[in-house]
Amino acid sequence: MTLDPQAARQAVDAVPDVPRDADGPVFREPWEAHAFAIALALHERGVFTWEEWTQTLAAEIRRAQAAGDPDTGTTYYRHWLAALERIVAEKGVAAAEMQARYRDAWEHACERTPHGKPIELRPGDFGN
Amino acid sequence: MSDHQHEHDYDHSELSETELRVRALESILTEKGYVDPAALDVLIETYEKKVGPRNGARVVARAWSNPQFKAWLMRDANAAIASVGYAGRQGEHMTVVENTPERHNMVVCTLCSCYPWPVLGLPPVWYKSAPYRSRAVVDPRGVLRDFGVALPAQTEIRVWDSTSEVRYLVLPMRPAGTEGWSEEQLAELVTRDSMIGTGLPKKSDEIAR
Repeated sequence: MTLDPQAARQAVDAVPDVPRDADGPVFREPWEAHAFAIALALHERGVFTWEEWTQTLAAEIRRAQAAGDPDTGTTYYRHWLAALERIVAEKGVAAAEMQARYRDAWEHACERTPHGKPIELRPGDFGN
Repeated sequence: MSDHQHEHDYDHSELSETELRVRALESILTEKGYVDPAALDVLIETYEKKVGPRNGARVVARAWSNPQFKAWLMRDANAAIASVGYAGRQGEHMTVVENTPERHNMVVCTLCSCYPWPVLGLPPVWYKSAPYRSRAVVDPRGVLRDFGVALPAQTEIRVWDSTSEVRYLVLPMRPAGTEGWSEEQLAELVTRDSMIGTGLPKKSDEIAR
Protein backbone atom coordinates (compact mmCIF):
# COMPACT_ATOMS: atom_id res chain seq x y z
CA MET A 1 0.00 0.00 0.00
CA THR A 2 1.52 3.32 -1.00
CA LEU A 3 -0.14 6.05 0.97
CA ASP A 4 1.98 9.09 0.39
CA PRO A 5 1.63 12.81 -0.23
CA GLN A 6 1.90 12.21 -3.97
CA ALA A 7 -1.11 9.86 -3.91
CA ALA A 8 -2.88 12.44 -1.76
CA ARG A 9 -2.21 15.17 -4.31
CA GLN A 10 -3.55 12.97 -7.11
CA ALA A 11 -6.71 12.39 -5.06
CA VAL A 12 -7.12 16.11 -4.49
CA ASP A 13 -6.74 16.72 -8.22
CA ALA A 14 -9.22 13.96 -9.08
CA VAL A 15 -11.93 14.88 -6.57
CA PRO A 16 -13.56 18.33 -6.85
CA ASP A 17 -13.52 20.93 -4.06
CA VAL A 18 -11.25 19.17 -1.54
CA PRO A 19 -10.05 21.91 0.85
CA ARG A 20 -6.41 22.43 -0.07
CA ASP A 21 -3.43 24.72 -0.36
CA ALA A 22 -0.58 24.67 -2.89
CA ASP A 23 0.91 21.47 -1.45
CA GLY A 24 -2.18 19.34 -1.01
CA PRO A 25 -5.12 18.83 1.33
CA VAL A 26 -5.67 20.82 4.53
CA PHE A 27 -7.86 19.76 7.45
CA ARG A 28 -9.77 21.58 10.15
CA GLU A 29 -9.76 18.69 12.61
CA PRO A 30 -7.81 15.44 12.98
CA TRP A 31 -10.82 13.24 12.13
CA GLU A 32 -11.00 14.89 8.72
CA ALA A 33 -7.46 13.75 8.00
CA HIS A 34 -8.44 10.23 9.04
CA ALA A 35 -11.50 10.24 6.78
CA PHE A 36 -9.33 11.48 3.90
CA ALA A 37 -6.66 8.84 4.53
CA ILE A 38 -9.25 6.04 4.71
CA ALA A 39 -10.63 7.00 1.29
CA LEU A 40 -7.10 7.09 -0.09
CA ALA A 41 -6.40 3.61 1.31
CA LEU A 42 -9.61 2.15 -0.12
CA HIS A 43 -8.82 3.68 -3.50
CA GLU A 44 -5.31 2.21 -3.40
CA ARG A 45 -6.86 -1.16 -2.63
CA GLY A 46 -9.03 -0.84 -5.72
CA VAL A 47 -12.32 -0.72 -3.80
CA PHE A 48 -13.43 2.23 -5.94
CA THR A 49 -12.16 4.57 -8.64
CA TRP A 50 -11.94 8.33 -8.08
CA GLU A 51 -14.75 8.67 -10.61
CA GLU A 52 -17.02 6.44 -8.53
CA TRP A 53 -15.96 8.30 -5.41
CA THR A 54 -16.71 11.67 -6.97
CA GLN A 55 -20.21 10.52 -7.92
CA THR A 56 -20.95 9.15 -4.45
CA LEU A 57 -19.63 12.29 -2.77
CA ALA A 58 -21.60 14.55 -5.12
CA ALA A 59 -24.77 12.58 -4.36
CA GLU A 60 -24.18 13.01 -0.61
CA ILE A 61 -23.63 16.74 -1.02
CA ARG A 62 -26.85 17.08 -3.06
CA ARG A 63 -28.76 15.11 -0.46
CA ALA A 64 -27.39 17.26 2.39
CA GLN A 65 -28.15 20.47 0.52
CA ALA A 66 -31.70 19.33 -0.14
CA ALA A 67 -31.97 18.74 3.62
CA GLY A 68 -30.82 22.28 4.34
CA ASP A 69 -27.02 22.03 4.68
CA PRO A 70 -25.70 25.60 4.87
CA ASP A 71 -22.94 24.71 2.37
CA THR A 72 -20.34 27.04 3.83
CA GLY A 73 -17.50 24.69 2.97
CA THR A 74 -16.95 23.74 6.62
CA THR A 75 -19.19 20.70 6.24
CA TYR A 76 -17.26 19.20 3.34
CA TYR A 77 -15.77 16.36 5.35
CA ARG A 78 -19.12 15.51 6.92
CA HIS A 79 -20.30 14.73 3.40
CA TRP A 80 -17.04 12.93 2.74
CA LEU A 81 -17.67 10.69 5.76
CA ALA A 82 -21.29 10.02 4.75
CA ALA A 83 -20.07 9.10 1.25
CA LEU A 84 -17.46 6.76 2.74
CA GLU A 85 -20.10 4.99 4.82
CA ARG A 86 -22.32 4.63 1.80
CA ILE A 87 -19.69 3.38 -0.65
CA VAL A 88 -18.31 0.91 1.89
CA ALA A 89 -21.82 -0.55 2.20
CA GLU A 90 -22.53 -0.45 -1.55
CA LYS A 91 -19.29 -2.22 -2.38
CA GLY A 92 -20.15 -4.98 0.06
CA VAL A 93 -17.22 -4.22 2.37
CA ALA A 94 -19.31 -3.57 5.47
CA ALA A 95 -23.08 -3.21 5.70
CA ALA A 96 -24.70 -0.21 7.38
CA GLU A 97 -25.79 -2.43 10.29
CA MET A 98 -22.19 -3.42 10.97
CA GLN A 99 -21.09 0.20 10.84
CA ALA A 100 -23.81 1.13 13.34
CA ARG A 101 -22.77 -1.71 15.65
CA TYR A 102 -19.16 -0.53 15.67
CA ARG A 103 -20.20 3.05 16.20
CA ASP A 104 -22.22 1.98 19.26
CA ALA A 105 -19.29 -0.10 20.50
CA TRP A 106 -16.99 2.93 20.27
CA GLU A 107 -19.52 4.96 22.20
CA HIS A 108 -19.53 2.28 24.88
CA ALA A 109 -15.72 2.23 24.93
CA CYS A 110 -15.74 5.99 25.28
CA GLU A 111 -18.12 5.92 28.22
CA ARG A 112 -16.18 3.33 30.19
CA THR A 113 -12.80 5.01 29.57
CA PRO A 114 -11.83 7.43 32.31
CA HIS A 115 -11.03 10.95 31.21
CA GLY A 116 -7.31 11.17 30.40
CA LYS A 117 -6.84 7.59 29.15
CA PRO A 118 -6.64 6.52 25.51
CA ILE A 119 -9.86 4.99 24.19
CA GLU A 120 -9.54 1.43 22.91
CA LEU A 121 -12.19 -0.91 21.54
CA ARG A 122 -12.63 -4.24 23.34
CA PRO A 123 -14.88 -7.22 22.62
CA GLY A 124 -16.97 -6.35 25.68
CA ASP A 125 -17.97 -3.05 24.05
CA PHE A 126 -20.20 -4.86 21.59
CA GLY A 127 -23.71 -5.25 22.99
CA ASN A 128 -25.76 -8.35 22.33
CA MET B 1 -26.60 17.41 15.60
CA SER B 2 -25.67 15.26 18.56
CA ASP B 3 -22.03 16.37 18.71
CA HIS B 4 -20.79 17.10 22.21
CA GLN B 5 -23.87 15.67 23.85
CA HIS B 6 -21.64 14.45 26.67
CA GLU B 7 -19.94 17.77 27.00
CA HIS B 8 -20.73 18.09 30.67
CA ASP B 9 -19.62 14.66 31.79
CA TYR B 10 -16.02 15.02 32.84
CA ASP B 11 -15.68 11.61 34.43
CA HIS B 12 -15.33 9.74 31.16
CA SER B 13 -13.88 10.34 27.71
CA GLU B 14 -15.54 12.31 24.99
CA LEU B 15 -15.86 11.67 21.28
CA SER B 16 -18.22 13.57 19.01
CA GLU B 17 -20.76 11.70 16.90
CA THR B 18 -18.54 12.29 13.87
CA GLU B 19 -15.45 10.95 15.63
CA LEU B 20 -17.37 7.82 16.68
CA ARG B 21 -18.32 7.15 13.05
CA VAL B 22 -14.77 7.65 11.79
CA ARG B 23 -13.39 5.31 14.43
CA ALA B 24 -16.09 2.75 13.60
CA LEU B 25 -15.13 2.77 9.92
CA GLU B 26 -11.42 2.67 10.63
CA SER B 27 -11.71 -0.29 13.01
CA ILE B 28 -13.96 -2.28 10.65
CA LEU B 29 -11.67 -1.66 7.68
CA THR B 30 -8.62 -2.54 9.75
CA GLU B 31 -10.16 -5.82 10.92
CA LYS B 32 -11.10 -6.71 7.37
CA GLY B 33 -7.60 -5.90 6.16
CA TYR B 34 -8.54 -2.97 3.93
CA VAL B 35 -6.50 -0.42 5.79
CA ASP B 36 -3.32 -0.54 7.84
CA PRO B 37 -3.62 1.91 10.74
CA ALA B 38 0.16 2.39 10.83
CA ALA B 39 0.14 3.42 7.15
CA LEU B 40 -2.76 5.81 7.83
CA ASP B 41 -0.83 7.33 10.74
CA VAL B 42 2.27 7.85 8.63
CA LEU B 43 0.27 9.58 5.90
CA ILE B 44 -1.62 11.73 8.39
CA GLU B 45 1.60 12.72 10.08
CA THR B 46 2.83 14.22 6.83
CA TYR B 47 -0.05 16.71 7.28
CA GLU B 48 1.19 17.73 10.72
CA LYS B 49 1.17 21.36 9.66
CA LYS B 50 -2.09 21.16 7.76
CA VAL B 51 -4.44 20.17 10.55
CA GLY B 52 -6.26 22.57 12.79
CA PRO B 53 -5.42 26.13 13.75
CA ARG B 54 -2.04 25.27 15.39
CA ASN B 55 -2.52 28.17 17.75
CA GLY B 56 0.40 27.09 19.90
CA ALA B 57 2.95 28.51 17.46
CA ARG B 58 1.25 31.90 17.57
CA VAL B 59 1.03 31.72 21.37
CA VAL B 60 4.76 31.04 21.64
CA ALA B 61 5.65 33.77 19.13
CA ARG B 62 3.59 36.31 21.06
CA ALA B 63 5.17 35.27 24.36
CA TRP B 64 8.61 35.77 22.78
CA SER B 65 7.82 39.27 21.60
CA ASN B 66 5.52 40.56 24.35
CA PRO B 67 6.65 40.29 28.00
CA GLN B 68 3.21 41.19 29.33
CA PHE B 69 1.57 38.44 27.29
CA LYS B 70 4.22 36.02 28.50
CA ALA B 71 3.56 36.92 32.14
CA TRP B 72 -0.17 36.38 31.54
CA LEU B 73 0.52 33.07 29.79
CA MET B 74 2.61 31.77 32.67
CA ARG B 75 -0.04 32.88 35.17
CA ASP B 76 -3.24 31.86 33.37
CA ALA B 77 -2.47 29.84 30.25
CA ASN B 78 -6.10 29.08 29.40
CA ALA B 79 -7.09 32.72 29.24
CA ALA B 80 -3.95 33.81 27.40
CA ILE B 81 -4.27 31.02 24.83
CA ALA B 82 -7.98 31.73 24.39
CA SER B 83 -7.12 35.34 23.55
CA VAL B 84 -5.19 34.09 20.52
CA GLY B 85 -8.30 32.29 19.30
CA TYR B 86 -8.45 28.83 20.78
CA ALA B 87 -11.12 28.04 23.35
CA GLY B 88 -10.37 24.53 24.60
CA ARG B 89 -12.80 22.01 25.91
CA GLN B 90 -14.12 22.86 29.31
CA GLY B 91 -12.41 21.13 32.17
CA GLU B 92 -9.07 21.11 30.39
CA HIS B 93 -6.39 23.07 32.12
CA MET B 94 -3.34 24.17 30.16
CA THR B 95 -0.09 24.86 31.95
CA VAL B 96 2.92 26.44 30.26
CA VAL B 97 6.41 25.33 31.26
CA GLU B 98 9.28 27.56 30.17
CA ASN B 99 12.62 26.36 28.85
CA THR B 100 15.67 28.22 30.15
CA PRO B 101 19.40 27.62 29.88
CA GLU B 102 19.09 25.85 33.24
CA ARG B 103 16.07 23.70 32.52
CA HIS B 104 14.60 21.93 29.49
CA ASN B 105 11.02 20.66 29.69
CA MET B 106 9.59 17.64 27.92
CA VAL B 107 6.01 16.34 27.95
CA VAL B 108 4.65 12.80 27.78
CA CYS B 109 0.99 12.14 27.16
CA THR B 110 -1.40 9.22 26.77
CA LEU B 111 -3.09 10.82 23.76
CA CYS B 112 -6.52 10.57 25.29
CA SER B 113 -9.47 12.12 23.50
CA CYS B 114 -8.62 15.57 24.84
CA TYR B 115 -5.08 15.91 23.47
CA PRO B 116 -4.88 19.66 22.81
CA TRP B 117 -4.41 19.46 19.03
CA PRO B 118 -5.81 22.94 18.34
CA VAL B 119 -2.80 24.27 20.25
CA LEU B 120 -0.08 21.74 19.51
CA GLY B 121 -1.09 20.38 16.12
CA LEU B 122 -1.21 16.65 15.43
CA PRO B 123 0.60 14.42 17.90
CA PRO B 124 3.49 12.40 16.46
CA VAL B 125 2.79 8.71 15.90
CA TRP B 126 5.49 7.51 18.31
CA TYR B 127 4.21 9.75 21.07
CA LYS B 128 1.69 7.25 22.38
CA SER B 129 4.03 4.27 22.38
CA ALA B 130 4.74 2.73 25.78
CA PRO B 131 8.51 2.48 25.12
CA TYR B 132 8.70 6.21 24.41
CA ARG B 133 6.77 7.04 27.55
CA SER B 134 8.83 4.88 29.86
CA ARG B 135 12.17 5.83 28.32
CA ALA B 136 11.32 9.53 28.40
CA VAL B 137 10.86 9.23 32.14
CA VAL B 138 13.96 7.10 32.81
CA ASP B 139 16.39 8.52 30.26
CA PRO B 140 15.14 11.86 28.91
CA ARG B 141 18.61 12.94 27.81
CA GLY B 142 19.01 9.77 25.75
CA VAL B 143 15.59 10.26 24.14
CA LEU B 144 16.49 13.84 23.22
CA ARG B 145 19.80 12.68 21.78
CA ASP B 146 17.86 10.23 19.58
CA PHE B 147 15.89 13.20 18.30
CA GLY B 148 19.11 15.03 17.52
CA VAL B 149 18.83 17.40 20.45
CA ALA B 150 22.05 17.75 22.44
CA LEU B 151 21.68 19.87 25.55
CA PRO B 152 24.52 21.14 27.72
CA ALA B 153 25.30 18.74 30.56
CA GLN B 154 24.38 21.37 33.12
CA THR B 155 20.86 21.79 31.71
CA GLU B 156 18.40 19.91 33.89
CA ILE B 157 15.69 17.99 32.03
CA ARG B 158 12.25 17.93 33.58
CA VAL B 159 9.62 15.48 32.27
CA TRP B 160 5.93 16.31 32.67
CA ASP B 161 3.28 13.62 32.46
CA SER B 162 -0.04 14.96 31.20
CA THR B 163 -2.88 13.99 33.45
CA SER B 164 -6.61 14.09 32.93
CA GLU B 165 -6.66 17.58 34.43
CA VAL B 166 -3.51 19.22 33.14
CA ARG B 167 -2.11 19.60 29.61
CA TYR B 168 1.30 21.10 29.04
CA LEU B 169 2.68 23.47 26.48
CA VAL B 170 6.46 23.94 26.45
CA LEU B 171 7.57 27.51 25.87
CA PRO B 172 10.89 27.05 24.05
CA MET B 173 13.72 29.59 24.20
CA ARG B 174 13.63 32.24 21.51
CA PRO B 175 16.30 31.46 18.91
CA ALA B 176 19.25 33.82 18.64
CA GLY B 177 19.38 36.26 15.76
CA THR B 178 15.65 36.96 15.68
CA GLU B 179 15.71 40.47 17.11
CA GLY B 180 13.10 42.66 15.50
CA TRP B 181 11.20 39.79 13.89
CA SER B 182 7.42 40.04 13.66
CA GLU B 183 5.15 37.58 15.47
CA GLU B 184 4.29 35.98 12.13
CA GLN B 185 7.96 35.41 11.32
CA LEU B 186 8.67 34.08 14.79
CA ALA B 187 5.70 31.67 14.61
CA GLU B 188 7.34 30.07 11.55
CA LEU B 189 10.19 28.95 13.80
CA VAL B 190 7.92 27.16 16.27
CA THR B 191 7.62 23.44 15.55
CA ARG B 192 5.21 20.98 17.09
CA ASP B 193 8.16 19.11 18.61
CA SER B 194 9.50 22.27 20.22
CA MET B 195 6.14 22.72 22.00
CA ILE B 196 6.25 19.19 23.48
CA GLY B 197 9.94 19.48 24.27
CA THR B 198 11.25 16.75 22.00
CA GLY B 199 12.81 19.31 19.71
CA LEU B 200 14.03 22.89 19.54
CA PRO B 201 12.60 25.73 17.44
CA LYS B 202 14.11 26.23 14.00
CA LYS B 203 17.13 28.49 13.84
CA SER B 204 16.84 31.93 12.33
CA ASP B 205 18.66 30.88 9.16
CA GLU B 206 16.47 27.81 8.63
CA ILE B 207 13.51 29.70 7.22
CA ALA B 208 13.18 32.13 4.37
CA ARG B 209 12.17 35.51 5.66
